[in-house]
Formats: sequence, C-alpha cells, structure tokens
Amino acid sequence: MAKIVQKKKLVPNIYLLEVEAPEVAKKARPGQFVILMPDEFGERIPLTIADWDIKRGTVTSVFMVVGTSTAKLAGVRPGDELPVYVGPLGRPSEIDYFGTVLCAGGCFGLGAIFPLARAYKQAGNRVVTFLDVRARYLLYWEEKLRAVSDEVHIISRDDQNLPQEYISWRLKNLLEQGRQVDRVHVVGCTYLMSSCAEATRPYKIKTIVSLNPIMLDGTGMCGACRVSVGEATRFACVDGPDFDGHLVDWNELYARRKAYLEEETHSLCHWQARVYEEEAI
Amino acid sequence: MAEKDELSAEVKERLKTEYQKPWRQELRRTLSVKERSKIPRQKMPERPAEERIKDFGEVNLGLETEAAQMEAKRCLDCANPACVKGCPVSIDIPSFVKLIEIGEFVLAARKIKETNSLPAICGRVCPQEIQCEALCNLKKATGVPVAIGNLERFVADFERKNGEIFIPSIPAPSGKKVAVIGAGPAGLTVAGELAKKGHQVTVFEALHLAGGVLVYGIPEFRLPKSILKAEVDYLKRLGVEIKLNFVVGKTATLEDLRAEGYEAFFIGTGAGLPNFMKIPGENLIGIYSANEYLTRVNLMRAYDFPRYDTPVLKGERVAVIGGGNVAMDSVRTAKRLGAKRAMIIYRRSRHEMPAREEEIKHAEEEGIEFHFLTVPVRYIGDEHGRVKAMECQRMELGEPDASGRRRPIPVPGSEFTVEVDLVVVAIGQSPNPLIPQTTAGLKVGKWGNIEVDWSTMATNIEGVYAGGDIVRGGATVILAMGDGRLAAASIDEYLKRK
Ligand SMILES: Cc1cc2nc3c(=O)[nH]c(=O)nc-3n(C[C@H](O)[C@H](O)[C@H](O)COP(=O)(O)OP(=O)(O)OC[C@H]3O[C@@H](n4cnc5c(N)ncnc54)[C@H](O)[C@@H]3O)c2cc1C
Ligand SMILES: Cc1cc2nc3c(=O)[nH]c(=O)nc-3n(C[C@H](O)[C@H](O)[C@H](O)COP(=O)(O)OP(=O)(O)OC[C@H]3O[C@@H](n4cnc5c(N)ncnc54)[C@H](O)[C@@H]3O)c2cc1C
Ligand code: SF4
Ligand code: FES
Repeated sequence: MAKIVQKKKLVPNIYLLEVEAPEVAKKARPGQFVILMPDEFGERIPLTIADWDIKRGTVTSVFMVVGTSTAKLAGVRPGDELPVYVGPLGRPSEIDYFGTVLCAGGCFGLGAIFPLARAYKQAGNRVVTFLDVRARYLLYWEEKLRAVSDEVHIISRDDQNLPQEYISWRLKNLLEQGRQVDRVHVVGCTYLMSSCAEATRPYKIKTIVSLNPIMLDGTGMCGACRVSVGEATRFACVDGPDFDGHLVDWNELYARRKAYLEEETHSLCHWQARVYEEEAI
Repeated sequence: MAEKDELSAEVKERLKTEYQKPWRQELRRTLSVKERSKIPRQKMPERPAEERIKDFGEVNLGLETEAAQMEAKRCLDCANPACVKGCPVSIDIPSFVKLIEIGEFVLAARKIKETNSLPAICGRVCPQEIQCEALCNLKKATGVPVAIGNLERFVADFERKNGEIFIPSIPAPSGKKVAVIGAGPAGLTVAGELAKKGHQVTVFEALHLAGGVLVYGIPEFRLPKSILKAEVDYLKRLGVEIKLNFVVGKTATLEDLRAEGYEAFFIGTGAGLPNFMKIPGENLIGIYSANEYLTRVNLMRAYDFPRYDTPVLKGERVAVIGGGNVAMDSVRTAKRLGAKRAMIIYRRSRHEMPAREEEIKHAEEEGIEFHFLTVPVRYIGDEHGRVKAMECQRMELGEPDASGRRRPIPVPGSEFTVEVDLVVVAIGQSPNPLIPQTTAGLKVGKWGNIEVDWSTMATNIEGVYAGGDIVRGGATVILAMGDGRLAAASIDEYLKRK
C-alpha cells in the first residue's frame, strides 16, 4: 500500500500525483516509470516518474485523464492508499554529455520530460526544451522547466492569428535553418514522438522516444508491451521504455495501443454509471 | 521421469521404522493383498463438462471420506514402497495412506508435511502419473495405481477445512535476517522452513499477490485461490513478512538488501520470460503469450470484466500453440470465456504431450479440439492489425531428439490456413533475467538459468542460494518446493556457521 501525499489539478484534465514511496524515490532515475493500480478492481497502469524527493520519500507523476484508471486516479484524495505502486521500472535514460539536447514534451510529457531536462543539464548539455500544448491555458511546470533549460519554446495552437504548428514542424524548421542539435528526446503521445522522429530522420540526429505501449506486469513476464524496433521484438518495460525513434515500427505501436478500444469505452461507461448511481443515493 | 536410483539411507530408515510399527502390521493383516487389489480405483468426483465450462469453479470436487478410505485400502503397504522413489521429495506415502485407512486424517496431513509443505497444491497439480503413481507396485500388478495424488489432496483439504492447521512452536529468534526473492512455490517453501528455525524471513515479490505461477498462471478451475491464500496466511502466522510490489534488481538490488542487514538470500524468481516463435505476424493484436493471457484472467480477473477493469480479448476461434500444462490451462480458459472453437495446435502427437494426463482428459471432455503434428508458420492480420488467420504446416515424427521424444519434421507443401481471432503462444518460458543482470558476478548457464551446487542449492556468491524454475528452466511445483527445502536446510547451516 502506498499513501497519496498530494493530488492536484495542474490544468484541465491533467493532474499531479505525489505518492509516499521512499524505496522507489531512493532508486529513481530519469526515464523510469512506476506501475500502479488505482483500487482493488483496477488495472495496472504505468506512469513516468516526473520527479522524486528522497528526503520526503515521495515520487511524483503527472497524468492525463483518458480512461477508467486515470479517471479513478483523478478522484483520489491525500491519505488514500494505492494497492499497487511498484518501481522504479524500465531502464534509466542514457544521460551523458552530447552537446545540445532538445527535450520535447506534450500533454503529460511536460511533466515527464522534466527529470530528463534536469539530468541533461547537469551533465553539461545545452538544453533546449520544446513544450507542446493545444492551448496556452494547458501549460504547466513552465517555471520548473525554465530553471533546467537554456531555452524554452512553447508551441501552442490557440492563437488563431498565428500559424498553427506542432513541435515536429518547429523542429523541422529549426533543423532546416542549420541549427546544431546533437540529440533529441521526446516524451508524450505516440503522434508527438513519431512525428518528431520523422522530422529528425533526414538529419540523422539520434532521437530517443519514451514508448508507451500497453503494459501489464512491467517486469518482462508477459510480453504485452512488445514493440518492433529495427529487426527485433523488444519488451518496452524491461528493454525500454527508451528506444531509437528512427527504428521503431510506429504503425504497429499505433495499432497495438488500440487493442482494447471497445473494452476501454465499455469499462469507462460502466464505472461512470456506478459513480453516478452512488452519488444519487 | 523422477525415479531416483535408490532412496537415501535416511529415507529408507524412516520408511522402515514406520513400516514396522505394530499398528501398521496389524492393519496389513486385516485385508489380504488379493482383496486389496480387487477394490476398484475410486473415481474423483468432478463437475459435468457442460456445466463447468460456463464458469471458473474447480472441476474436481475431491474424494468423499468413505471413498478416500476405500482408496487407501487399495494400498498394499509394500515393504519396498516403489512409489516413494517416484516422489521428488520422498514423501512417506504408505504411512500417510495407511493413516487415512484408519481415519487419522489430520495425522496423515502432518505426515505429508514432514517433507512437503504444500500438499493441497501438490495433490492438485503434480503429474502423479509420471511420478509416484507411475511406480506404484499395485500398478505393476493390476495396471491401476493407488490414487496417491487424490489422497494427498483429500487429507490436505480435510486439515484446512477443519481448521486443524498445525502451527509449530517456533524457537527463540536467531537474530538472522533472510531475504527470499520471489513468492512462488520455491520461495514460499524456503520462507516457511526458515521461519520454523527462528530466522527472520522477508519475502520480496514483484507482483501484488504472493504465489508465483500458482496465482497468476494456474487457473481457479484447477487450483482455487483460497487454497493458496491459506498457505500464505500460514506463513504469515509463522512470522514471515511478505513485501509485495517489490522488484529486486529495481526497487533494491541484492547488494542493497545485504547492506540493510540481510545475511542470506534465496532467489526463486521463476521462469518468467515468455518465449515466442519469432514467425511473421506474431505482434498482431490478438496474439498473446500464455503468461499475458493467464495473468489477465487469473491475477487481474478479466473474466469478471467490467467489474474488474482489466480487459481480455475474447476469441470465437482460439488457437493455443503448445502441448503442456500451460497450453491446456490457456485453451480451457478460452473455452470458459466463450470460444466456439478452442484448439490446441501441437507439433508432435498426443503421446508426446507433456501436459498432465488428467488435464488432457478434462480438455477432451470439454470439447477442446486437438490438432497434432501441426505448427503455425505465419499469422495474417486484417486492416486494423488484428489477427484473422494462421498459416500452418503439417509435421511428421522423425528420430528421437535429446529429450527422447521423436523430433517433428515439417512436411513440405502441407501448408494450410485456419481462421482464428485469438492465438495464445504457450511454447515455454525462459528464466527471468532481472536478478542475474543486476547482481554482479552471479554465475548463469547458457540459457540464463542460475547455476547452483545441486547438493546445497548454493550459487557461486556466498550466502546466496537459488532454486525452482530460475535454476531448472520450466519445471514443476514439487521440484521447486523440493529445491526450496534443500536450500532452506543449507541456509540454516550457513547461518549457524556464520
Ligand atoms: C512507460 C509508460 C509511461 C507512461 N507514462 C505516463 C505518464 O507519465 N502520464 C500519463 O498520463 N500517461 C502515461 N502513460 C500512459 C498511461 O499509462 C495510459 O494513459 C493509462 O494506462 C490509461 O489508462 P486508463 O484506464 O485511464 O485508460 P484506458 O481507457 O484504459 O486507455 C486509454 C489509452 O491508454 C493506453 N493504455 C491503456 N491501458 C494501458 C496500460 N495498462 N498500459 C499502458 N497504456 C495503456 C491505451 O493505448 C488506450 O487506448 C505511460 C505509458 C507507458 C507505457
Ligand atoms: C500455466 C501454468 C501451468 C502449470 N501447471 C503445472 C502443473 O500442473 N503441475 C506442476 O507441477 N507445475 C506446473 N507448472 C509449472 C510450475 O508452476 C512451476 O514450475 C513453478 O511454479 C516454479 O516455481 P518457482 O517458485 O520457481 O517460480 P514461480 O512460480 O515462477 O514464482 C516466481 C515468483 O518470483 C517473482 N519474481 C520474479 N522476479 C522477481 C524479482 N526480481 N523480484 C521479486 N520477485 C520476483 C515472480 O513475480 C513470481 O511470483 C505450470 C506453470 C504454468 C505457467
Ligand atoms: S507402491 Fe503403491 S501399493 Fe505400494 S506402498 Fe506405494 S502406494 Fe501403496
Ligand atoms: S508489461 Fe509485461 S512484459 Fe512488459
């Protein structure tokens, strides 16, 4: 059982979750994740470690509400306990001095990219951070990210007077202008990651993506998380979640993430109906 | 399979002492060998196939008291009980069977527990037909062995249901801390044995329930979770601490645990890495490893979706690749989840199938289709990346291979296509690499299995022992448990020496 220390709405639909997990905090490294279960009936879902505090003995994640598990999590209160909270899982990201590192994050990835930017910075890199938000009001952790970045670019699509753009377009522009970038690291939705990988491909800039296939145990026991990378099938929970974005079979990942679309909708309706029933009583 | 050339002198002595006890001599005289041999083997009562495929309730109902005692009468109480040689942990089989005959069920359970800590489980899942029952002298005489497994189950269930679980008195704390990694049958056995010796034992388990394969793999219809829970509760009463949601190698390494004061370690992390065939299309949606499929259904209770949130795909035409217990469990699970066709695709013939005989029989009764001498060569998907068909090839049997079974050879030009919407790959597991990867210097073999000294179960690192599937590759519950007992004895020795 892991106690919830803090849950906070950062922006609509995106929440911060801080959990008491001293052992996980002690071992956490950038790029790793935890697996948790919101309640006894819940699914085991992975969330990236967005920050940790060894002294407080806590681990923080940022999550976006997309279905039953995340909706349940949005309803937890400080003091509640999660029946499962295990980690840190996955291989830590490779942190080294590369020169200029471009960190790109979208939706929950604004949080998840933070420890990476911080670590790249500490390793002496020039850190350029790209934040993708649909609209300005969805921006969070800007100050935190500025503190660990040399440059922060916010790419949003709410100003009708400005040309609509996505990170990958801005990235492409930047590279076309001849800007030196030695490594790119992207965390966010599959579209964000695959499009950034396409943008850097012609320039052969190593682009690390933090893949998000459906997971179950997170310890390499089931193979639910398998992804095709180059010629090989890899288990993202133990071989990743970081992979070379230029080698990932994106179409397969898109398809596999949709494996349970029907069941997920059913599950959410079922749970919402129950919640409304309980509220009605 | 498990026949030992000779029993150890100690076991022989133990058997002889019991054999010569007056009550045993007297009991032998009450019925002649001939009369005993005439009693028919008592049938295990089971739920009818058409009823049981609608739910996940247990198939076997267990022998009634009279039937159990009648079955016990069949045992000839041999002077030279061959059955014991077939048992990997040398249970004193005639003693416990004769205790059943005289109605001393609780004593019978304790007799088994002298060498086997998990009889309710082994009575259900051991492949008795190739172990104790294979060697039973009555089988040699009549062709039908004593139902040793069913009797083992009977006494263990009796003990549990009557609240007669015996909690031994525990010696004064030794002050030594032992870390057991993995809560499968191997780890749980070590924990129980060492707690009884007064050591302070902590079991670290990656998942959120203890039991290993017994909880995530073997389905409820074969091994009810309540039985496992009783075993785990028993360990807790012995003072064992179980730390769930703790992945050794990630949450803390073995060396971190050493720094926290643990003095001895047992690695029982199992063979958790599923093998795939590496054929085209294997990553299509609807193709599961058996581990994933069974974990979704058993551990995460997807059979009760949407009450439980974890989904599982339900196929109408399900193909399970493999012929072992894992394949049987998967295909019978698919049937219970509503499959119209639930098929076993196995590359050899029925004769070579490694599954327990009883599981094959149950599967046949439940309308499972068996396709022998067949292998998939390629999966075909639809436009959404979901599997819709499987191309197979026929095989024929050639010369025996290293395992002594005849090697399957593909028949050229025999390809054909089967429509499927769900495939479960059950072709074996490899040792879980997490601990070897994170424990500097730990010696592993070619297949990633941890190497041990078989006389003590010690690894090459001081104070670190290992057993079960992580050492043997995929094996059995009783072998994992046997390793656990041996390792526990060695660890106790080691701690005393230290
Ligand atoms: C390594 C990793 C790190 C992640 N980090 C974060 C994070 O920091 N913040 C965040 O908001 N999200 C993160 N995700 C995604 C997050 O796990 C899913 O959004 C979550 O599981 C959705 O569950 P749900 O029940 O709310 O939604 P559902 O309705 O069940 O699913 C919505 C979508 O989420 C994906 N999903 C469903 N179940 C799982 C599962 N068990 N494992 C992985 N993906 C699943 C599917 O593609 C699905 O279409 C991460 C995923 C991975 C693999
Ligand atoms: C579906 C299925 C059916 C079977 N049927 C039978 C049968 O009928 N009869 C029979 O005799 N045998 C059967 N077997 C085989 C038998 O279950 C195994 O041989 C036995 O469970 C091995 O026990 P173990 O303790 O070595 O490992 P496991 O039971 O595999 O347990 C290992 C445990 O360690 C945990 N773990 C792994 N890594 C770590 C880590 N780094 N940190 C913490 N914990 C960790 C795992 O989560 C797991 O709980 C079956 C196996 C399967 C999969
Ligand atoms: S070999 Fe068979 S008949 Fe003889 S003691 Fe063992 S179980 Fe009884
Ligand atoms: S989630 Fe099961 S192997 Fe990765």
